[in-house]
Amino acid sequence: MALLEVRDLSVRFVRKSEPTVSAVDGVSFDVHPGSTVGLVGESGCGKSVTSLAIMGLLPGRGTEVSGSVNLEGSELLRLSQREFDRRRGKDLGMVFQDPLTSLNPVVPIGLQVSEVIERHRGLSRRDASREAARLLDRVGIPDPDRRLKEYSHQLSGGMRQRALIAMALACEPRLLIADEPTTALDVTIQAQILTLLKELVAETGTALIMITHDLGVVAGMCDEVNVLYAGRIVERAQRHELFSRPRHPYTAGLMASVPRLDSPRGQRLAPIEGSVADNIPWEGGCAFSPRCGNALAVCGERAPELETIEQGRLLRCHNPIGAAELERAHD
Amino acid sequence: MTDSSRTITGSETSPVGTDPSDPAADSLLEIDDLRVHFPIKRGIVLDRTVGHVYAVDGVSLRVGRGETYGLVGESGCGKSTLGKAVLRLERPTGGSIRFDGTDMAGMSGEPLRRMRRRMQMVFQDTLSSLDPRQSVESLLVEGMRAHGLDKGGESTERELRELLSSVGLPSSALRKYPHEFSGGQRQRIGIARALAVRPDLVVADEPVSALDVSVQAQVLNLLEDLQEEFGLTYLVIAHDLAVVRHVARRIGVMYLGGLVEESDSDVLYEQPLHPYTRALLSAVPVPEPEVEDRRERILLSGDLPSPASPPTGCRFHTRCPWRQPTRCDSERPELRDVGGGHRVACHYAEEIRDGIITPNSGE
Ligand SMILES: Nc1ncnc2c1ncn2[C@@H]1O[C@H](COP(=O)(O)OP(=O)(O)OP(=O)(O)O)[C@@H](O)[C@H]1O
Ligand SMILES: Nc1ncnc2c1ncn2[C@@H]1O[C@H](COP(=O)(O)OP(=O)(O)O)[C@@H](O)[C@H]1O
Ligand code: SF4
Ligand code: SF4
Ligand SMILES: [Mg+2]
Ligand SMILES: [Mg+2]
Repeated sequence: MALLEVRDLSVRFVRKSEPTVSAVDGVSFDVHPGSTVGLVGESGCGKSVTSLAIMGLLPGRGTEVSGSVNLEGSELLRLSQREFDRRRGKDLGMVFQDPLTSLNPVVPIGLQVSEVIERHRGLSRRDASREAARLLDRVGIPDPDRRLKEYSHQLSGGMRQRALIAMALACEPRLLIADEPTTALDVTIQAQILTLLKELVAETGTALIMITHDLGVVAGMCDEVNVLYAGRIVERAQRHELFSRPRHPYTAGLMASVPRLDSPRGQRLAPIEGSVADNIPWEGGCAFSPRCGNALAVCGERAPELETIEQGRLLRCHNPIGAAELERAHD
Repeated sequence: MTDSSRTITGSETSPVGTDPSDPAADSLLEIDDLRVHFPIKRGIVLDRTVGHVYAVDGVSLRVGRGETYGLVGESGCGKSTLGKAVLRLERPTGGSIRFDGTDMAGMSGEPLRRMRRRMQMVFQDTLSSLDPRQSVESLLVEGMRAHGLDKGGESTERELRELLSSVGLPSSALRKYPHEFSGGQRQRIGIARALAVRPDLVVADEPVSALDVSVQAQVLNLLEDLQEEFGLTYLVIAHDLAVVRHVARRIGVMYLGGLVEESDSDVLYEQPLHPYTRALLSAVPVPEPEVEDRRERILLSGDLPSPASPPTGCRFHTRCPWRQPTRCDSERPELRDVGGGHRVACHYAEEIRDGIITPNSGE
């Protein structure tokens, strides 16, 4: 059974003076214990809004949330703010892109971690403090006893991100959501943090939702990958399948766009035309059609549905990559 | 590869300074022992200097005419400071910068202004720092006017239209304002603005790091096309190794204010010699699961030391997995040529390459 079931999740921002934004539009996916599910896409495609909705952290006013987020049989979207706060510390942990804004600047790091432990695991202050030191050590913060007394601004970006991970882990959550956890970090530090996250998933059996715009991170971290475009999932596949045989034109376009360290110099990149700003709403057809090299007449008339094309593989496209080749093979 | 002379020349005995195998023999930009130190001030009344940030500390490199030189390194290693010093937006503490054979150090007034026209900078998001009430046209004309390139009337009009079309924008963009454009389009305008004064050298500091991947590729291709069209020389500064490898023929790797390795980009990728370069390359995620599953990362311990108190000896010794008990913490390794214009600043580069020295396991 799935640990988390997200069904038809939609988030709309309704603002008086501005047009309504459909940030997340009917997103469904499952997360199983011990597995890592990726959400990948370019800026504005709805990754963060999805994670905030699952965590119950969206602003209340002017936000319309519908659908269902079910964690081990209980519906999160119907929880009161108070109940949500309790669940959040205990069953759900979150790591953000910018740890500075999510750590309290006036409380020492150690106290922030041990308070979470005290509150949710009912340990005594002394035991909680000892456990906090153990966690900081586990996430690779050197000299944890001294670091416990330091404030977030005294730590480097990498150390802050570790502290935040320690805090997210403090209650041994069953689900961890990491939203661009390494985007603000240097690559050598990114490598440390990604390795740490992988080890933690393997050790504790925590499920992980990995949100990133970086295809390289996805390739190394995720079991299953969901590609988002304009608030909808356009393709889902196991990591190896997705990279060896992308079927959605957007997925393939992303892959051809990134310069790779291991491709020879001078090889020209094949960018996707236009930009995310050229999105059309899904009501008018496929939102990707203004940028899509595979577009057919039908793409501008009718939005494609997300369909299962094979076991574990979903696709939302009228004219996917390789369709012509496949048809020829069947003739 | 067009450099066929390379196979004949023995690289060991080349005279100092003019390595014949060096593709940058005809240099547009020559930087020697460049230092940029920022004073750290303390106290309100006396304004005492209590130390220095050694942002750039003894960098020497050459950028050949028409070449793309890529500078990589992690946050705070001094890349931007170096780029700004080249354009004299930052005053060097020491060392020399020669542009097209002329030492810039003594320059001021009109000659400096004329020299400056020939070097332009493109920033991460050039336009976000500009006056939002200025139209694209006035932004572009501004620089041209400052350098007496605005001939007025029909001729300027045509030039602007051509400029915009080179960067892939319609001429209707002229009457618009920065906020009306997407990030990628703004970067195109920033590039057009740099090119408006017909520079020889473009220093591009993180030109694509604020952009989405699909748009990033558009801008990288554009930079390549413009280089061909206008015969430009580029100094591209970026933290993203894949980006730099894609655009640059020669790459310099910086760590804590110094150059630790420099070579042809293919060689650097295939045979990195400096431990830091190795760690850096091993850390970059590649969008291919098979590669990721097989890869062994060289994980560095700890963080970057502060450039205000750089470690003694080799600046990388506090994190180096190959660190040796002698020399590493006492003697600063010089950037030396190990053949074919491949330069590396490590005492033990050869022993590490040949596997005589292996990484220390743990601490
Ligand atoms: N005007 C200044 N005054 C004092 N210190 C400075 C100044 N400008 C830069 N520095 C310091 O010099 C060092 C190098 O900075 P620089 O901006 O060149 O780094 P960078 O390699 O471009 O980093 P990034 O990748 O983050 O852009 C840093 O420690 C920085 O804090
Ligand atoms: N609080 C908010 N109010 C209004 N619009 C928002 C808000 N948060 C996000 N959005 C919009 O929702 C869309 C998806 O945003 P987000 O999930 O943050 O994207 P990303 O995939 O980059 O994380 C964007 O168009 C964004 O501008
Ligand atoms: S539905 Fe049509 S426009 Fe949309 S991605 Fe598929 S082929 Fe392209
Ligand atoms: S000189 Fe020593 S510490 Fe520096 S990179 Fe070489 S082996 Fe490592
Ligand atoms: Mg986001
Ligand atoms: Mg910089």
